[in-house]
Amino acid sequence: MTSRIEVALEKGIRDARGERIKREIEHVLHLEIDDVRTIDVYTVDAALSADELEQAAAGPFSDPVIQHWSIDRPLAADFDWAVEVGFRPGVTDNVGRTAREAVAYLTGRPFAEGEGVYYAVQYLLKGMLSPAEVEKIATGLLCNTLIQRYSVMTAADFVARRGFPALAPRVIGQTTAEVREINLEVSDAELMRISKDGVLALTLDEMHIIQAHYRDAGVLEDRAKTGLGSRPTDVELECLAQTWSEHCKHKIFAGTVKYEDENGNKQEIQSLFKSFIQRTTEDVREKLGEKDFCLSVFKDNAGVIRFNDTHSLVFKVETHNSPSALDPYGGALTGIVGVNRDPFGTGQGAKLIFNTDVFCFADPFYAKPLPARLLHPRRIYEGVVEGVEHGGNKSGIPTINGSLVFDERFAGKPLVFCGTAGLMPAVVNGQPGHEKSIKAGDLIVMTGGRIGKDGIHGATFSSEELNENSPVTAVQIGDPITQKRMFDFLIRARDKGLYRFITDNGAGGLSSSIGEMAGECGGCRMDLARAPLKYPGLNPWEILISEAQERMSLAVPPTQIEEFLTMAVAFGVEATVLGEFTDTGVFHILHGERTVAWLPMAFMHEGLPPMQIPAKWAPPVHPEPDFVEKQDYTDDLIQLLSTLNICSKESVVRRYDHEVQGGSVVKPFTGVDNDGPSDAAIVRPILDSFEGVVTAHGICPRYSDIDTYDMTANAIDEALRSYVAVGGSLDLVAGLDNFCWCDPVESEKTPDGAYKMAQLVRSNQALYDVCMDYNLPLISGKDSMKNDFYDGTTKISIPPTLLFSVIGKIDDARKAVTMDVKRPGDVVYLLGKTANELGASEYLALFGAIGNNVPQVYTTLAYKRYQAYHTAVNRGTVASCHDLSDGGLAVAAAESAFAGGYGMNLDLSRVVWRGDMSGRSDCTLLFSESASRHLVTVHPEKREQFEAVMGGNCFASIGVVTDDGVLSISGLNGSAVVKADLAELKEAWQKTLRVL
Amino acid sequence: MEKSRAIVITGNGTNCEMEAAYACRLGGFDEVVIAHIAELLSGEIRLDDFHFLNLTGGFLDGDDLGSAKAQANRLKHAAVTGSGERLVVQFQRFISAGKLILGVCNGFQLMVKMGMLPGFDGDYLRQSVTLTHNDCGRFQDRWCCLQCDPASPSVFTTGITRGIYLPVRHGEGKFLCDSPETLDRIEREHLAVLKYSGPDYDRPAMEFPANPNGSINAIAGICDQTGRLMGLMPHPEAFVHYTQHPRWTREVLPEEGDGLILYKNAAEYVINNLT
Repeated sequence: MTSRIEVALEKGIRDARGERIKREIEHVLHLEIDDVRTIDVYTVDAALSADELEQAAAGPFSDPVIQHWSIDRPLAADFDWAVEVGFRPGVTDNVGRTAREAVAYLTGRPFAEGEGVYYAVQYLLKGMLSPAEVEKIATGLLCNTLIQRYSVMTAADFVARRGFPALAPRVIGQTTAEVREINLEVSDAELMRISKDGVLALTLDEMHIIQAHYRDAGVLEDRAKTGLGSRPTDVELECLAQTWSEHCKHKIFAGTVKYEDENGNKQEIQSLFKSFIQRTTEDVREKLGEKDFCLSVFKDNAGVIRFNDTHSLVFKVETHNSPSALDPYGGALTGIVGVNRDPFGTGQGAKLIFNTDVFCFADPFYAKPLPARLLHPRRIYEGVVEGVEHGGNKSGIPTINGSLVFDERFAGKPLVFCGTAGLMPAVVNGQPGHEKSIKAGDLIVMTGGRIGKDGIHGATFSSEELNENSPVTAVQIGDPITQKRMFDFLIRARDKGLYRFITDNGAGGLSSSIGEMAGECGGCRMDLARAPLKYPGLNPWEILISEAQERMSLAVPPTQIEEFLTMAVAFGVEATVLGEFTDTGVFHILHGERTVAWLPMAFMHEGLPPMQIPAKWAPPVHPEPDFVEKQDYTDDLIQLLSTLNICSKESVVRRYDHEVQGGSVVKPFTGVDNDGPSDAAIVRPILDSFEGVVTAHGICPRYSDIDTYDMTANAIDEALRSYVAVGGSLDLVAGLDNFCWCDPVESEKTPDGAYKMAQLVRSNQALYDVCMDYNLPLISGKDSMKNDFYDGTTKISIPPTLLFSVIGKIDDARKAVTMDVKRPGDVVYLLGKTANELGASEYLALFGAIGNNVPQVYTTLAYKRYQAYHTAVNRGTVASCHDLSDGGLAVAAAESAFAGGYGMNLDLSRVVWRGDMSGRSDCTLLFSESASRHLVTVHPEKREQFEAVMGGNCFASIGVVTDDGVLSISGLNGSAVVKADLAELKEAWQKTLRVL
Repeated sequence: MEKSRAIVITGNGTNCEMEAAYACRLGGFDEVVIAHIAELLSGEIRLDDFHFLNLTGGFLDGDDLGSAKAQANRLKHAAVTGSGERLVVQFQRFISAGKLILGVCNGFQLMVKMGMLPGFDGDYLRQSVTLTHNDCGRFQDRWCCLQCDPASPSVFTTGITRGIYLPVRHGEGKFLCDSPETLDRIEREHLAVLKYSGPDYDRPAMEFPANPNGSINAIAGICDQTGRLMGLMPHPEAFVHYTQHPRWTREVLPEEGDGLILYKNAAEYVINNLT
């Protein structure tokens, strides 16, 4: 009944997948190998006739032009080692799922319960390899043993045993529906053991609160009526652990902080979230008055702002760091398809219009030893890039903006930020598109994928540091096609008014989504036995908290349910009624007739007192590097252009479809050869309108080594100045904050917690100060607070990192400005002042130094200048504009010049300086990363008009665009300090990551 | 006169339906319908009611069994509810009625794998060519110059003198034939409408990145002998206005993008011959 269908390429057809594996074996594992070829293996575990198997093999499973196939007969020949890699039981197998559907179409019969098709890849290795080397290839490259299984055979074994056996990785399990009761009347040590062994991530205080709840006489009386005893069920305990997890509850941002600054001034802050983030938005909105454009902030899955009279914009950025550290491909894929569900599940639902990605990695060429559990940064890089590529491209959403940031400390945990924006009608079925409600009596409906053990404890797991025992079930693999089908269905159901409320099933699964929805109307009654499962053997608590992907939860009025379910069937989407919403004040969960959880809503959502967290700031002092002035900085510039943080990311960016949906206006690359790095992106989401959406971001974790206040101020400024550079309007622009921190709560494992917490406080202070001055309301955000690795001996904490994203509007996208210089003779201007601010710069990093003079943001002056510049753009006076960031003026000038294909002559003595003249040198003028600066070129005939508009702001003309193909910069004494051919500069900038 | 009607099929991973429909409208079609495959299979929408069928870009079924394979299988075997007619019969009737089909990217892959292209001697269900993984082993989003064969029978490319500039966005775009005879015949009958070329559109390019995938004879798009069925890997619907061009901020360009002519020609053909 179990058969193997093998599909191999014909002789002479290039095996691109095999070639890529060969390259990686050579480059990553440094092993010599002659050849790698691959065979697709479909294990069919179903009652099919011999004829049907042949039809499947010859039809959907193979391409007759380039492939041949066999059934139960190995195709492999002429190899030394065979390695076969397939998924472990229960892991999402997208190819297997599609293969199964194809067979069902072919035979006209659905698969029976327990039948399936499973996909695997056979790698045929040729070369002089030892068994240990093959093992290294298998585990170091071909197979992630967390989610995949592999078998190895020598050629001789393979012949003797007639290849690999046909084995279906079926999940063997029985429906037991076991519900355990947990005795909490135990010692504190025992309470902590319960929390730790169960991956509940509950603290002792939290365990005590739960213990007290189950001692309450009133509670016990109510429980008795439902047949429950005095001990919590595992369903209840797991549910509370999810609801109260750092990931879902943001306990650090909600906690009470006792902050002490460097001068001993003490301050108590009740909730950083309320005191800074929420207050920023409230105060900015008040300041904007009638010009306020926010529609829905913080309360939904994503923030909503006005776009025009007919449409609203939705935006959310998420992180998926811990899963990406364990399974880079699956973790990152889940990250992107997961964040897609946030704007989709906002208001009554939004169409998704673009993605953004920012990845923080350690050096992919890292050559030092790593702790055992950590994957090599190159493997993380490859997996994450590919996971997000597949998730974004397959979903048909253009990836229009992003960046790659490198720091050795991201070896401890990579950061994977994925953002998605959507567009919703301002009014849907007579109601504002961003509003939704639930009425008691509405039905609980789950749509999309089925529930399995995948992603169990994802929320509690990401609330702990990564360690040797991190659970394997915490990893999920996304399935963009199942999700796409569901979205195709739901957007049509939205327009027909078939549901009242929609939300995402993400971290915490049903426990979280239905828990939050029940909060809207005051209760629910849900039967877990009705939930569709991928395979039998799940206990009720697992069904409740599983984070199996591609699911949305909805509230459907009983009057609409029939049409909703009928339409779901037509669109090939599974939709199931799980119960109904109530107003009883209770989160009531059943399994069949039996009550398995009975939790008062008030206790679930408000039962947790705030954490008390100490924070003490002491500014670090770093040695100040003592540089001898050089005569020539050309070599330094060339070195800088090749650094990981500055170099071209084109080899990654071209793998992402940035043009699907047809609205692309400013692409990631621009210039004469389509390879200059754009500052920000513009798309037109409505094709017959020229209104554009503009997005950009800022991120500068290096500055945290000096002061997180400045790190934050510079990240916000970088986002806004990039946004402004391409022509984004200051009248309609909003921000999103994504904090990724190392654990800031003082403990045995984190003795420097008070310092890290002070860093978080300072970052929040800057967030408020800068956003207020820039009129930037925060509309959504997220925090990920446990980005550490600890295996008992080695601890690696990431640098505190804020990703600041902005989204806004350009009224007429035809006025957009790109960063490439346009023609010889154009005047070059530098807007903004330059200061002695090399602290934590890329330039100092070249020499292993940090310094202390971190760039300061002067918001009032910058904002006034940004406004003037925007007027200059609207009047059509700007030919090109590039923001200055990593590497300062020298790097920005080089990029603009080689992107445009024309040289530049610049004179450093004309640059406007701020501060003490003793710091003014060729070196600081070239490489200082002072904030809020733009490098602009203007056609000579527009010169007067441009200068008139910019009047009253700090700016200076510093040179001219030339036709000689050379970047030439003269220093303070008049002689050239940089002189280089554009071709040489561009090659330096492009070569570093070209091969990856 | 009867209205000119275009249909764009979506569902199961098709992504470019919105901009393809927009290009049809700009091209001059009176009516354009985006139809979910479920609506075709339920019988709510019938191909017979349209003149121009767009099979457009995306990742049908995730390209899990090879690009567009699962959808080719679905179209061949799935039956329309009620009538019991297989969908493939509707396709065959559409073709024999002299109507137009344009396959772009994933839609081209689908046409090739169903056998609709090159469709020698009117056999539209025998596969003889394929589109497979790019030589570079990666998905690529980049703009390419495409030399046009003025002697091709394609009704879509009438009026293109030298070539057009369009983006490719695919991981499986390498064109291959089942035999040298097939390739010879495609060339001999001028069915290779578009070929990747250098910036002067003067000769086919075999080297990366001008040829982004390693296609044999640099073939980017082909048509059948009637010229009414055509498929191409590059995206004409992605360049219908100058602001979509990667260098529009530095070059003087006409208002309309290079890709629009395919849709204009389709509309003109339909109006002159089918309505």
